[in-house]
Amino acid sequence: MSAGTVRYAGYLFILPYLTFLGLFIAYPLGFAVWMSFYDYFFAAPGAVVERPFVGLENYRALILEDGIFHTTLGNIAVFIAVNVPLTTVLAIVLATALNARLPGRTFFRTSYYLPYVTASVAIIAVWGYLFFSDGLVNRVLGDLAPEPSWLVNRTWAMIVVALLVTWKNLGYYVLLYLAALQNIPRQLYEAAEVDGAGVLAKFRHITIPGLRPATVLVVILSTIIGANLFTEPYLLTNGGGPENQTLSPVLYMYQKGIEQADAGYAAAIGVTLSIGVLTIAAVQRFALERD
Amino acid sequence: MAVKARKPGFSPRLVRVLGQVLGFAALCLGAFLFLFPFYYMVVGALQERPDPSIAGAFPGPDELSLVNFQQINERVPLLQALLNSLIYTGGVILGTLTIGILAGYALSRLRWRGRELVFNIVLLTLIVPFQLLMIPMYVMVVRTWGLGDTYLGMILPFLVNSTAVFVFRQFFLQIPEEMLDAARIDGAGELRILTQIVLPLSRPAILTAGLITFIGPWNEFLWPFLVTKQQELQPLAVALANYISTVAASTANPFGAILAGAVVLAIPAVALFVIFQRYFVQSETSAGLKE
Repeated sequence: MSAGTVRYAGYLFILPYLTFLGLFIAYPLGFAVWMSFYDYFFAAPGAVVERPFVGLENYRALILEDGIFHTTLGNIAVFIAVNVPLTTVLAIVLATALNARLPGRTFFRTSYYLPYVTASVAIIAVWGYLFFSDGLVNRVLGDLAPEPSWLVNRTWAMIVVALLVTWKNLGYYVLLYLAALQNIPRQLYEAAEVDGAGVLAKFRHITIPGLRPATVLVVILSTIIGANLFTEPYLLTNGGGPENQTLSPVLYMYQKGIEQADAGYAAAIGVTLSIGVLTIAAVQRFALERD
Repeated sequence: MAVKARKPGFSPRLVRVLGQVLGFAALCLGAFLFLFPFYYMVVGALQERPDPSIAGAFPGPDELSLVNFQQINERVPLLQALLNSLIYTGGVILGTLTIGILAGYALSRLRWRGRELVFNIVLLTLIVPFQLLMIPMYVMVVRTWGLGDTYLGMILPFLVNSTAVFVFRQFFLQIPEEMLDAARIDGAGELRILTQIVLPLSRPAILTAGLITFIGPWNEFLWPFLVTKQQELQPLAVALANYISTVAASTANPFGAILAGAVVLAIPAVALFVIFQRYFVQSETSAGLKE
């Protein structure tokens, strides 16, 4: 064996993966940006169509004139405003509770993680049954049930969608926090106890700061996942209803790019959205990491 | 409680016990909220005509039947849909294991120029949002390559995932260098070392990567939904979603058949998770924190 053969093997072994990355990540990425500068329409196979270069026209129309796109941004802002803080707080509370020596820890951990491994379509089926106008939630609430009912209510529909996604993914974040809790040194708590700190003081001054790196990750991941929202408004609220109040940017991109075959415009939505999400993630990281 | 605990007159021991009781209560409430929808899914699927009243959530054994499963099977042939899900998921797992193992080995145990660069690229791909790739990928796979309504078209964009590459890389790094060197001195090639020494030691990593890869395509909706228009080729998640969106408007109480389909869709992933949960938990936490 010589060093030469090992080096050669390295390239050979990484080649299939690199080919995949090139073909299914790098190329579509470039294609998306390219397409967004063209009036790129689908056509029947064999038909020759003009796909003229339009410069920034797709972006201009999208950002300045497209009221529906603006609605989707407002919707996703509502979604994130409900989903991200709720996810973070509940995940910290449940992870801290799970970290104590209590009976049935495996059972609890399993139940919280169950929705995360279950298909969205199956979960939407049962949430639709729970929240439809004559469903169990309204039967329990009686006169307190909102009118019109949850999924057809302009205010509540997006909040229910946000609660569903919080519920579905929470177990994953609980596990992230649980792992992060193991990294906080025991001695910090012991020293605080010597100084007479109570349970809440320790939680505030040791646990919360110790979990900060995990919190950065949880906030960024849940924001990115939220911005990708598609299946829930497509299925649970019947294609983004009521009156587009749960229409998400990705669902709108699907309507434009695939239902209406305007791929160039849809690509511009994708590029704008991605730049927005990555910017927000960078801001979140900056804000959470400094004191 | 927060205010009470700070008042003088409560011994630290009492506060601690109180905290544990509260923590346990929070965990129990959480477990109920997480498990109830699953219970309700099964109950609704087994009621001939799902009863959304409060009493209907607790039916007697004589009120249960399998007629909903028969009904959904007439609209969405379950065996065919499950077979499609299985082929789709199996193809993805096969691709992920072969390409991922080769890449993980190259990134951990082989030395070659550019390794660090490639590893950083792999990290970078984790932040590329799928919504950006959706439209160009659709144009490429369905329109240009003509792979609409094929298993290959469903599988290709998911052929390997970065999380699996990470799991393999981390696991292979733990194997002692001396074992590999000994084989190299005996003149074994790298492929032989990988298949005969490294892989037999890596069963837990293979199981972990296989399991986390399983839940991806099994539960995936958006991509196979874009690729398949013929029902004969649709995975169960897509076929069920199409049934939900077409039947929801037309039938008064369509929930029985929908919930029966949801149960069939949920069971394989939930069962795998409950049986192998230790492998899931390890991978998710370690992969998550390494990002």
